[in-house]
Amino acid sequence: MSERIGVYVCHCGSNIAGVVDVEELSRWAGETLDDVVVSRDYKFMCSSLGQELIEDDIKKEGLTRVVVAACSPHLHERTFRRSCASAGMNPYLCQMASIREQVSWTTQDKAAALSKSKAMVAGAVERVKLHEALEPNQVPVNPNTLVVGGGIAGIQAALELADAGYQVHLVEREPSIGGHMAQFDKTFPTLDCAACILTPKMSDVGNHPNINLLSYSEVEEVTGYVGNFVARVRKKARYVKEADCTGCGICIDKCPKKVVDEVFEAGLGYRKAVYRPFPQAVPKFPVIDRESCIYFERGTCKACEKFCPTNAIDFEQQDTILDLEVGNIILATGYDLFDARKIPQYGYGRLANVYTSLEFERLCNASGPTEGKIVLRDGVTQPKSVAIIHCVGSRDKRHNPHCSAICCMSALKFGHLVTEKTGAEVYSFYIDMRPLHKGYEEFYDRLLEEGMHFIRGRVAEVTDADRQPGEEGKLIVQAEDTLLGMQRRIPVDMVILMAGLQPRRDAKDVSLRFGISCSMAGWFTERHPKLDPVATMTDGVFIAGTCQGPKDIPDTVSQGAAAAARVQGMIAVGSVEVEPVVATIHEERCSGCRICNNLCPFNAIEFLTDKAVSYINAALCKGCGTCVAACPAGAISGAHFSNEQIFAEISGLLYDVARGNGAKTPQPVEIPA
Amino acid sequence: MADATFEPKIIAFLCNWCSYRAADLAGTSRIKYPPNLRMIRVMCSGRVDPTFVLKAFALGADAVMIAGCHPGECHYLEQNYKAMRRFAMLRHTLRKLGLEEGRVRLQWASAAEGAQLARAISEMTEEVRALGPLNWPAQWSEEDGSIETAILQLEEEHAQAMEVAA
Repeated sequence: MSERIGVYVCHCGSNIAGVVDVEELSRWAGETLDDVVVSRDYKFMCSSLGQELIEDDIKKEGLTRVVVAACSPHLHERTFRRSCASAGMNPYLCQMASIREQVSWTTQDKAAALSKSKAMVAGAVERVKLHEALEPNQVPVNPNTLVVGGGIAGIQAALELADAGYQVHLVEREPSIGGHMAQFDKTFPTLDCAACILTPKMSDVGNHPNINLLSYSEVEEVTGYVGNFVARVRKKARYVKEADCTGCGICIDKCPKKVVDEVFEAGLGYRKAVYRPFPQAVPKFPVIDRESCIYFERGTCKACEKFCPTNAIDFEQQDTILDLEVGNIILATGYDLFDARKIPQYGYGRLANVYTSLEFERLCNASGPTEGKIVLRDGVTQPKSVAIIHCVGSRDKRHNPHCSAICCMSALKFGHLVTEKTGAEVYSFYIDMRPLHKGYEEFYDRLLEEGMHFIRGRVAEVTDADRQPGEEGKLIVQAEDTLLGMQRRIPVDMVILMAGLQPRRDAKDVSLRFGISCSMAGWFTERHPKLDPVATMTDGVFIAGTCQGPKDIPDTVSQGAAAAARVQGMIAVGSVEVEPVVATIHEERCSGCRICNNLCPFNAIEFLTDKAVSYINAALCKGCGTCVAACPAGAISGAHFSNEQIFAEISGLLYDVARGNGAKTPQPVEIPA
Repeated sequence: MADATFEPKIIAFLCNWCSYRAADLAGTSRIKYPPNLRMIRVMCSGRVDPTFVLKAFALGADAVMIAGCHPGECHYLEQNYKAMRRFAMLRHTLRKLGLEEGRVRLQWASAAEGAQLARAISEMTEEVRALGPLNWPAQWSEEDGSIETAILQLEEEHAQAMEVAA
């Protein structure tokens, strides 16, 4: 029986039609290709009118197959499958040819574009003839959710879900949740204190009956698929029994070992070997840092254990491994700060009074190492002049080409805090001021009025080598003022480097662990940059906050909430369709050679000893097709990617090859299975 | 051999997760590359049966590219390593058949590497253009009149090779 195929060529406005002669393509397909009974072109196939066109033809013309030549199937395959299904056709009898991403956007040669588009349509037509009607598998969605990362994005997402009545497992690598926001002093542009707005949310998380908070823990492995993931979490040993600890903090007072706190205090302050990163930490239980604890080093001390009123210290505690069953995952793993040492001419790490932005946050913070006093490294002297250098490691091709989005506003905030607390002169060296969002421009105006000096130009050097009177003992900031067109040397007491945001150093590993992709730099990739910013290409895995790209707190919170809303949608529906793209073994052809058995990394293939054949467990099969390609007997078939379908696609793609035997339409060569 | 008007036809098999997305990205970034390469999406580079490549040559392709996730980054954990092993075997077989090395290429391209994929396509197109047309269908017909027989023979050899490899 021959099929009745409809071919639909999309103009995509001028995106496709500007390069590919869509009318000719559609005419050619209708006249030349076998079994094509309808061939149309339309301005926007994905619009409701375009979809209706297809639906009407299916009903009126009795189409049995549909080919849409438009954009990438990753963008609109679902759309067209849905319209086929609503017209009563099996959605898997539809095939797309990506003539936008692969043709019109990548070439300007109109003749070549047309012939390549013809090839792609011919390939799709040949392939779709051999498509089989498939039924998507419905799988239930586990209502529990895993949120990875306890910064403000993860906190927001966890609270939204928990408040909606769903169980959340929140995994945080550090001993406390809070993330970078907990380190900040004030937040721009309203100057609310970060702790005042964050800590209530943190304690909500800690006390919420629906949130299982796993701090000092990391996700090691994720298996399963949308709706049914299993995440293996390593809960690192705290050496403090959470059940017995009251969080009184006596152990911290009594611990004799002090170490520099490189994480929370950004190297400016000290913590004990048994510690809580900050007093409002959630959970309140301290952690013994094995690396610096005297007992773990020398086998003696145990001061904390002696003084603990509830005997909560346990030096024998081991890491525990938990397997969490969840339906969806939200990744909110945040960012790392650019290491300012990589720009040696700014002197960070060499010149004492050069600070990073995060160090300055701690310096300003009332609960920080100086109790909020802005002083130089000597701990007493107030600076009389401060230089703030923007774009350190951002907008710089040698380091990160991107704009870190928050530094302009942080710099303005710092300028305000310095003026308010010390009355010092503040010089801001910027490339462009980018106060983008609500109330930001107004804040910039306010700083202009407060007398902050703005010098447009990238700083060449920060040095302590004085050349002119007035520079003795100062840090001299050398830059070209591009508005005045002259070199400036500004002597200051303190320099703040607005270090950029960059992806976590282990972002790539994390993306692999969760089966999502990330950009070259390491930012996690969203499903669509505009219209689907919190979903990823992996169903059931969502992203929120700065792990996706630099953004400020309001945007981060919005994404946390958005990801939670997406997850709630999944839970509310209760089940999800899973692609029926799996492999099956035809017993009668299987020789029992067991070549395929070792190929499957998901252990979906087992050998049935009684029948002496191999068998594929469809629930475990992910559909990669490696076993299909390997079976020497051709006994394994891969749904939707069968040998025959791919051979047909090859033959269609090579429609225009002149063959020695003079055959016009290439006939697929039967290769015996 | 080099013919100024010769436009090579290249068939490419791209994995759904990395390389096909790299092709999408090259498109959305409007990166230009020669329109000589025609792409087929497969779920994984591990799905590429060497017979797909032979089939493409048999139907008149001048070259074939197989593209997948970088080693260690496979969406299916490790199946691109299997593609890599098969590719080594395939290249060996094709060399025996007298095919120039430049006519088959294994290309790693992550979803972020649109520009790199486009560059690889440009390189390969130029390389194949310099090699000239392959015209396998005609060449085989000259020798023993039947490409089907030749493919059958190859298929058999391939099956034997697979058994040894396992």
